[in-house]
Parts: sequence; C-alpha cells; structure tokens
Amino acid sequence: MLYLSLIVLIPLAAVVWHAGAGGPGAFWAAVRTPDSWSALVLTLGASAVVAVVNVVLGTVVAWVLVRDDFPGKSIVDTLIDLPFALPTIVAGLVLLALYGGSSPLHVDIAYTRLSVVVALLFVTLPFVVRTVQPVLRELDRDMEQAAYSLGAGRWVTWRRIVLPNLLPAMLSGAGLAFTRAIAEYGSTNLITGNIPLRTQVASVNIVGRIESDNTAAAAAVSTALLAVAFVVLVALDLVQRWGKRHD
Amino acid sequence: MRRRWVLAGVVAAVVGGAAGCAGVAPSATGDKVVLSLVAYSTPQAAYEKLIAAFQKTDAGRNVSFTQSYGASGDQSRAVAAGLKADIVAFSLEPDITRLVTAKLVDPSWNSDQYKGMITDSVAVIGTRKGNPKNLNDWDDLTRPGVQVLTPNPFVSGGAKWNILAGYGAKSDKGKDPAAGGAYLKALFANVPVQDSSARASLQTFTGGKGDAIISYENEAIFAQQNNQAIDYTVPDATILIENPIAITANSAHPVQAKAFLDFLHTAAAQKIYAEAGYRPVVAGVGGPTFPAPAKLFTIADLGGWSKVNKDLFDPMVSVMASIEQGLGVATSVAPSTSASPTAK
Repeated sequence: MLYLSLIVLIPLAAVVWHAGAGGPGAFWAAVRTPDSWSALVLTLGASAVVAVVNVVLGTVVAWVLVRDDFPGKSIVDTLIDLPFALPTIVAGLVLLALYGGSSPLHVDIAYTRLSVVVALLFVTLPFVVRTVQPVLRELDRDMEQAAYSLGAGRWVTWRRIVLPNLLPAMLSGAGLAFTRAIAEYGSTNLITGNIPLRTQVASVNIVGRIESDNTAAAAAVSTALLAVAFVVLVALDLVQRWGKRHD
Repeated sequence: MRRRWVLAGVVAAVVGGAAGCAGVAPSATGDKVVLSLVAYSTPQAAYEKLIAAFQKTDAGRNVSFTQSYGASGDQSRAVAAGLKADIVAFSLEPDITRLVTAKLVDPSWNSDQYKGMITDSVAVIGTRKGNPKNLNDWDDLTRPGVQVLTPNPFVSGGAKWNILAGYGAKSDKGKDPAAGGAYLKALFANVPVQDSSARASLQTFTGGKGDAIISYENEAIFAQQNNQAIDYTVPDATILIENPIAITANSAHPVQAKAFLDFLHTAAAQKIYAEAGYRPVVAGVGGPTFPAPAKLFTIADLGGWSKVNKDLFDPMVSVMASIEQGLGVATSVAPSTSASPTAK
C-alpha cells in the first residue's frame, strides 16, 4: 500500500490538487477553453473508436494466434508486442513516412483526424491481444464440442459459449487500450499536425499550457482526462461484475 | 519526448550532483571541478566542441562538464524546479527571466556589453531546393495555395521568433498592430501543420510537407550541413534572434563558470558558434559571413518580451489565441487543402 501510494496515488493526487487550486471556476474555465475542450473531445472520441476497433480486431488476432496454425506463427506472436517496445515518437515518424504525403503506399492521411486514430491503433494494439490470448488458450474446448454435439452452429457456439468467457478479458483489454490512448503524446504529436481545434490532441494541448507557464490549466485538462479514464475503468469493472452474476 | 528529456535532465542532475560533490571534496587528483551546463538542444554539437576547446585552455584544464540538452522552456522549468546548473543557455530571454524570478539567476545577468546574449540568428524563409514557388518575402507566404510550416507558438516557445519576424515586418516594427495581426491571420490560414518544436517542424518539411518553412538561420544552415535539400532566403525585414546565457546564483563553482562564460565570448569560441550556423555576438571573429538584412529589427523594437507575450501570445486573450481559435472554426466549415477526403 505504501508502494502504491508513493508510485501512483500521491502523484495523481498532486495533479488533481494542483488543478483544483484555483477553485472550481478556474478549473472549469481551463477545461472549457475552446482549444482544450476540442482537444479533449477529439482525444476521448478517437480513443473510444480505437478501443472498440481493438476489441474486435484484437480478439480476432488473438483467436488466430491461439486456434490457427500457420508458418511463422511464433514470429507473428512475438511481433505483436513490438509497438510497446518502440518509442512512440519513432512510431510517429514511421507512420508519417508510410501514411504521409510521400507515402510509398499512396495513403495520405497525415495531419487529419483519421491519423490520430491510426496512430493510437498502432500504439494500443497489444493490449487486447495480450489480455484475450491467455484466456482463450485456457478455454476448455470440451464446452465447445458439447455445444456442437447438441446441434449448435458455429455462430451460436461462439456467442453463447466462447464470447461470455472472453468478455471480461476483452473489456479489460479495451479499458487498457482506451486509457493508454488518451494519454498518448509521442506518435500523435508528429502525425496529427497539431492544428488547434482540429487535430490537436489533449496531451499536446497540455504541453502547450505548460509551455505558456499555465501549469494550473495543464493540471485541469489532465484531471479531466483522469476523471474520464477513472469513470471508464469503473464502468468496465461494473459490466464485468454484472456479467459474472449472470453466468 | 519532452518529458523524457526532462527526465534525462533530472538523471543528469543527479549524476552531476554526485560528481559535483566529488569535485568539492579534496581528492587525489587536485582541484578538479565539474560544471553543469543546462542548455536548449540546437547548439548541442557546438557546445561539445566549445567544451573541448575550453578544456585546452589554462582556465579550463581542470574543469569537466555534465551537459543536459532539451527544449528551452523545459530546461528552464527543470532548473527552476531544482535541477542543478552552473551555466544555463536558452533560446529566448523569458526562459532566463523565469530563473531571475525564482532568484536562481542574478538580476544583473544581462548587464554585460553583450546584454547577456551569447549568439544571434535571424528568422528566415526556408524553401524547397531551387525555390520553385519563388517564395522570398513575408507576403509570398500568404499567397493562395502556398503551404507554410511553423511550430505552434503556444507549444514551442522558440516558435515565437518566427511569428514575431513576420509580425514585425508587416506592422512596421509593431507600430501598426492591426496590420501585423491581419498578416498573421492570413499566414496561419496557410499553415497545415503546427509542430511542437523547431526541429520537429524541420523534420516535417524535409519529410515532404509544405512549400516553405519559417525557421532560424542556424537551423537552415544545420539542415544544409546535414545534406538536407533545403534553400533559404533572409528577408529584408526580419527579426534578430538573441540567445541568452547566464551563470546561476547558486553555482558551486562561480569562478570556473565565469571563466567558461568569458571563454565563450572569445574570438575562437565565437568562431565555433559561427561554424555551427549562429551569428557571433563579437565582431570580426572570422569564419562564415552572414548577410545583413536591410530592415533588421529586435525584440526591443517590438516593445520587449513582456509586451509581446501579453499582446500576441497570451493563451486566453491575444492576437495568436484568437487566430488559432478562428482557425478551428473556419476550417471546420471549409476544410483546408491539406485535409484529405478521408478526414472525419
């Protein structure tokens, strides 16, 4: 508990405390500044999209890695974690080279809102894969066999047998991806172009507040992110508990 | 990345602090001293050469250095928050002023004949090789269809120089604020990317985005030295960029720090700066020559930093704040040419 306090709780409390130092009026004014508000909306929206896409595609990837066999599978399995290892500023540079104006793939999405989503997808992909994979591996295949033998089709088996077992892992993976996405700085900083009110994400906006020596406003915007992340994590936890009760 | 730089600075400070203690204590090797240099990142290569040259002089023989480089504002805030430093070198004066306010730099820091400055530069217009769109002056940058890169002045303190250059040129050195504001509004309608630092902006440009980039002369020279395909023009009317340096008030080795500062003002040291693309503050040091813009102006001509920070760069109410906010509103109605059809 002491460890938790020193590493997590006290720093977080300090941010919230600093944000509230000017009173609720100053806090709200900082958050509602047009550029900050727009950055928050963009960040949270993009992160939500990313979490949903990752839940679906991350589960598919995990499924393929666990249930299918193909040459080079173990290599692919190792590659999944690389976005974690790559400094995100490098990720941003690579994405910019691939999907920017001089794209060898002829995909030019740099400096648009779509680029925010693409950068976040890249950075957060491992979360859902890595949370779903072990659960899927441990999943008792006898249950599926039983379902099939009782005449259930593939889809029904998946929906009634596999999905309920995977759901907690999928949700916690989504929670991790979402919270990681809202704080992302390095990759989004490069590929989005940082146009205020259009493509500037919250983390870049916060850096701007710090650069302007307005740390209270920076803390206020950060606290708004923390609050949303907290609510989302609690909500996901509640969904899981509710799911368990209905098992 | 910035946070990581600060972290690196903190680590450097811890190491430097430990080394500093070792320097104070009498040791077998005599009176060796470790100075901590905290600087902004662009002159890093120059400082590495300058330190090596200083260590060849009598004054510098027993002095070694810990060096920390990062974004100017971040470095200044790190020192204000306790990062140990003997010498601080920043890209613009307000970063020193912050330390004067914190009583970490003596208020008389800029009373020498160089007004506390160690290098100069000017704001320039960088273009593609051969300048295919013929962009030579501030007015050319507001032509329809021209894309101009400059960092976001609220995120990058150094980018204020770029904006002040165009603003001062079009407002008769600040005498006509309305004209200057109108120019900046037209300019930012042509800015498709606002990077978070001068170097990131240069990377975006060399990566293929934009027709022109507003940058510092030393950055353009740096890019050319690194074989980047970039040309640049020094506009007739542009701002003199002045980079400050100071000794901290709590330096453990003020004598050696002063000796290093004196060395940096020698002709030999100023020539090293010049070779790295900076304009020397000492005349006649040799090395590369720099064109003299006919209508050069300074931050003092515009009323000083406190005035321009308030009038142009206040995040809530200022010329740039309203331009940036208007930009978002305007572009959400009519997407600029830079937005691809896939943009949401």
